Amino acid sequence: MSLPTLLNTRSPLAPPAAQRARLDALPLARTFREAAASAGHEPLRPVATTTLQINVGKRCNQVCRHCHVDAGPDRREVMPDEVVEACFALLAATDVPTVDITGGAPELHPRFRDMVARAAGLGRRVMDRCNLTILTLPAYEDLAEFLAEHRVEIVASLPSYAGAMTDRQRGDGVFEKSIEALQRLNALGYGAPGSGLELDLVTNPVGAFLPAGQAVLERDWKRELERRHGIRFNRLFTITNMPISRYLDWLEQSGNLQEYMDRLVRAFNPAAVDGLMCRHTLSVGWDGRLHDCDFNQMLDLAVEPSAPQTVMDLARGLPAPDGGPASPALALAALERRRIATGPHCFGCTAGAGSSCGGATTGP
Amino acid sequence: MDTYYHPPDLARFGEVGKDAPELWEKFSAWYDAVFAEGALTEREKALIALAVSHAVQCPYCIDAYTTASLEKGAAPDQMTEAVHVAAAIRGGAALVHGVQMRNRLDKLSM
Repeated sequence: MSLPTLLNTRSPLAPPAAQRARLDALPLARTFREAAASAGHEPLRPVATTTLQINVGKRCNQVCRHCHVDAGPDRREVMPDEVVEACFALLAATDVPTVDITGGAPELHPRFRDMVARAAGLGRRVMDRCNLTILTLPAYEDLAEFLAEHRVEIVASLPSYAGAMTDRQRGDGVFEKSIEALQRLNALGYGAPGSGLELDLVTNPVGAFLPAGQAVLERDWKRELERRHGIRFNRLFTITNMPISRYLDWLEQSGNLQEYMDRLVRAFNPAAVDGLMCRHTLSVGWDGRLHDCDFNQMLDLAVEPSAPQTVMDLARGLPAPDGGPASPALALAALERRRIATGPHCFGCTAGAGSSCGGATTGP
Repeated sequence: MDTYYHPPDLARFGEVGKDAPELWEKFSAWYDAVFAEGALTEREKALIALAVSHAVQCPYCIDAYTTASLEKGAAPDQMTEAVHVAAAIRGGAALVHGVQMRNRLDKLSM
């Protein structure tokens, strides 16, 4: 099963503005801003940036039903050299400790390996958000070795340890190839205690419900993947599906949209606001524009207008108040004073145990 | 079409406490304690509730505990087996009354 992207089918929900309008039109019990205020976060502001999440483009070898990027083989958005260079100028001039490379399938970017090597060379923790099947394509057969060589932390998507559930969300045959890729990564030392090669898995619910407890699921997954396929991994991240792009379309088509959004609002957890990903992660789009998170990026929600708008702005820097030379660190500090843009979709990150690209944000 | 059961009413369950708030609070506290992790896991309790929902044929409970089972990490095959357990007990409960029928039959027959 290979599904078309919303863009390819000219879906009315393909434009981000149409998605925002659909979400804004839903009658909800309260706005996200009101909910965040009840948790003492009005306005919602960032803390120090600990992760630069670089979305290198929307090309992907898969077309998953829940994808908030609307990624697929037909997408042409690829981060140009100018933006890549600005990202590295920013990193070189600041001490942001983690570089999180995402997409699409980020490995399809022609400069993916260069970016990994440079980020590792700067001494940063490097994360690759990997769909696993890319590792089994003939043109990428040495990719796993490359990632191991550069000690890249792999964050791999696998919604279920049951094949049918995974294929239902990610396409026919994806589970089998994903298992093959995981076994290959294990053979290189990924997921082995003490190897320093971190292999984390990401699971999203296959449907319109919240994820189960992360700690409980991690125990199940470790037992079942070991028993069924001899696979080891380090951590399981549970991520709530965000009502954006293809998942939003699916919610709409299946008649689940209102109920799902009501569920997210009812499950608002005030304790999840402190650890919101948007507070410590800066998201860079393929075109260099800055966003509070990857979800805001896909909804085309820019950072506050008074803040630097692109990674090129950050790389050029801002002058010191005493007239000193322009500094990217000062520009980043200015950005960290912004108000974070929010909308109804933000309830996805505060429902239940909270959700982020690093899994649950509360609890054990 | 007007019916006795309306799916949106599930979210209004709390309104039952309107004229007896203390009883509702006691029920809510007890209910929450029942479903908290204990000797049984939250997932096991959700699956028991799903099965019982079918036995008592409560549409609200079936909706609520289908979602709850999924959100506690139960798989569709586990949920389906739980429903079969409820059905087997209901079916067995009907059938075991056949002994009463046999007793009466034996008494009435020559």
